Amino acid sequence: MFELVAFYTFAILTIVMFTITVTTKNALYALSSLAAGMIFISAFFFLLDADFLGVVQIIVYTGAVMALYAFGMMFFDSISDVEEKVANPRLTFMLSGIIALIVVVIFVAPLVGAANIPAHYPVGLGAEQYGLAVGNPQDVGMVLFTKYLIPFEVAAVMLLVAMIGGIILAGKKMDTNLSDESKDVHHHADSINTKDVK
Amino acid sequence: MMVTLNDYLVLSAILFFIGFLGAIRRKNLLMLFFATEIMLNAVNVGFAAISHFHADLTGQMFAFFIIAIAASEVAVGLGLLILWFKKKNTINLDSMQKMEG
Repeated sequence: MFELVAFYTFAILTIVMFTITVTTKNALYALSSLAAGMIFISAFFFLLDADFLGVVQIIVYTGAVMALYAFGMMFFDSISDVEEKVANPRLTFMLSGIIALIVVVIFVAPLVGAANIPAHYPVGLGAEQYGLAVGNPQDVGMVLFTKYLIPFEVAAVMLLVAMIGGIILAGKKMDTNLSDESKDVHHHADSINTKDVK
Repeated sequence: MMVTLNDYLVLSAILFFIGFLGAIRRKNLLMLFFATEIMLNAVNVGFAAISHFHADLTGQMFAFFIIAIAASEVAVGLGLLILWFKKKNTINLDSMQKMEG
């Protein structure tokens, strides 16, 4: 029952968020709703007992990919027409204050309570003692580093290549303003084109 | 009443088609990247669901590799996009229609 409610709640939320991403005109809204949708997607992974995949989803997508997009968007003009308009500043102030309070309570609650939440370290050793089976991250590690070791390493090399490629592509002439040079580039490209045609 | 594999696959299909719709109708290249991310995530949900209901970790492994591929796609794609924006000062898809002979 709980699983059913969670599934449908997150399904509706994800679909709404991605629909906003696809339909909105504002790049900033698209970015924010995409990040929200990614986090809601990770909820499905937790529902499906794929704990490690859910954690990776949050870290890689909402941590790395969204940050990369946010940095990339700073290069483009797509957010220049966004106007910050706060309709009710007092409401914003109250909401952010309440949220800050809730966050503090959440973080302090385990310290105040009678027993601390036990952290199962080292993972494999104390697990049976607490009545836990070997969890999903352990299984994933077993399979990933035996059967899928070669694809794993190939993926690592691919990420390295992509990182170097991204740095070289984006970092070229980072210190100059290329909008001034664009005329030269156009001119150059045109001359090459005409040469080729002839 | 339980959530079945069909529910997850239907959800995966819906999300994939939302992303597909975005890839078709958006003209902004950044939005095209967003649509690609949505499609990759939809497929990941399907993989994780099949992995769970068939009790086989292979689906999750493929989901991991898809995440790795998506990350490198973003790195290279954004690099190219920044390069294009520096040259043409626009990231509109119509600005790329220069290939016709």
